[in-house]
Amino acid sequence: MWDLFFQPFADFGFMRRALMGCFAISIGATPVGVFLMLRRMSLTGDAMAHAILPGAAVGFLVSGLSLGAMTIGGLIAGMAVALLSGFVTRVTALREDASLAAFYLISLALGVLIVSTRGSNVDLMHVLFGTVLALDNAALILLCSIASVSVLTLAVLFRPLVLECADPQFLRSVSGFSAVTHFTFLTLVVLNLVGGFHALGTLMAVGIMILPAAAARFWAVSIGGMIAAAIAVAMLSSLIGLLLSYHYSLPSGPAIILVAGVFYGVSLVAGPVGGLVARGLPRRSLEI
Amino acid sequence: MTAAVVFQDLTLGYERLPAVQNLQTEIADGSLTAIVGPNGAGKSTLLKGMTGALAPLAGNVSFEALRRDDIAYLPQQSDIDRSFPLTVMDLVAMGLWREIGPFGRISGRHQDRIASAIATVGLTGFETRPIGSLSGGQMQRTLFARLLLQDARLVLLDEPFAAIDAKTMDDLISVVRRWHGEGRTVLAVLHDAETVSAHFPQTLMLARELVAHGPTEKVLTVENQFRARQKCEACVGPTHTCGRAAA
Repeated sequence: MWDLFFQPFADFGFMRRALMGCFAISIGATPVGVFLMLRRMSLTGDAMAHAILPGAAVGFLVSGLSLGAMTIGGLIAGMAVALLSGFVTRVTALREDASLAAFYLISLALGVLIVSTRGSNVDLMHVLFGTVLALDNAALILLCSIASVSVLTLAVLFRPLVLECADPQFLRSVSGFSAVTHFTFLTLVVLNLVGGFHALGTLMAVGIMILPAAAARFWAVSIGGMIAAAIAVAMLSSLIGLLLSYHYSLPSGPAIILVAGVFYGVSLVAGPVGGLVARGLPRRSLEI
Repeated sequence: MTAAVVFQDLTLGYERLPAVQNLQTEIADGSLTAIVGPNGAGKSTLLKGMTGALAPLAGNVSFEALRRDDIAYLPQQSDIDRSFPLTVMDLVAMGLWREIGPFGRISGRHQDRIASAIATVGLTGFETRPIGSLSGGQMQRTLFARLLLQDARLVLLDEPFAAIDAKTMDDLISVVRRWHGEGRTVLAVLHDAETVSAHFPQTLMLARELVAHGPTEKVLTVENQFRARQKCEACVGPTHTCGRAAA
């Protein structure tokens, strides 16, 4: 028991750091993921994750594997894609999904081009899949700061954000908060993806955001309940994923996301709120 | 009688295609007005223009003493996400936005007002039901409760009684009449001539341009309706400008 669950963390500093980094991401990114899911923007998260790549790549070109440069580059690229696609949607006939897809594909191609012409394949793998087992102090501080900013902002923004998700027309009719809310929320998405990519890579970062949120939908009815369930799923996935990667020498990022995937699968089948089993059972009454 | 809303040579439209043209009239303060007209006559467009969601192509709408947050608007098809995890209570409480804003606390007094609004629309006992489980009529009652809390001086309703049962309609009409009794100005886009004659003293008939505006019995005549239909048929050309306007 000890060997299985605790010894890796007790013996190795890098495992403790990895766990701490993943917990920070779990707390910061999954509530954002819950709102992405509720706004039917799950795939937007995915698009944004691809969009930050060239920024990170340029940062990498300028100063190698530097935390600061890659973070700032990723933020700039992510915000640029978010703003440009929002702008195109507003001034042309193109819908938001199409304009976002166009910009993130351009951005992704640019990113892969930059990384592969100047760096080695190892570098590309690092950017795409992260290095959760090599988080240094600066990276941990960054991840924890992003999680704190994210949670605090969500707390302040909670009411307008719920309204913006549930009934944007109403929010626009009673106040000018709609645009501010939308923009701040997109900033949080980009911020968390940039944080997540240091640990899990640009491709996997969105996994820890969306999969726990999708799983949580089957366990809770209220938004607060969903956020709590999503954080729990993300933390458990991080723990189990890291242990699996340690004991079976698997790459840790994908291991964590796959465990989250298993949680999603189990929730889909056994979740009490609209899961397959719950739907199949005879209704106790019409009151739910 | 003072005017609550003045339309000055107002032209509204989408992508430069006018849906409402050169509208020139006034809505009296405290009046209860039905907006009628054939499909594509620009009725919904007019309401959108009043909320500010649609900028005029020409002319203007002026609200004499009203501010933007004195106006409550119930769209025809609200884009509320019914699968969103909100309860009836949560949705109704949104009506307090003007008072509590994004950060204010919902006090005991607010709770009482929420409960009383829910009671007024006959949904007591449904407070904790998720909005996804409501029928069309119950949802419309919930939205009316939210309008009640908005406490607006000008209420704009777009087809508020479409696709709901007769009992719900009666209950909601009595809410509208109550607003009228309280001196609020109410404008409602309606289709059913019977409802209009029975409950709405004023009528504004629209067919892209103004057909008639005044006491319902004078406006809702066979001749006017014929004229309105003719005008609108004339405008459904190859570009379907009216169809666009209705969207």
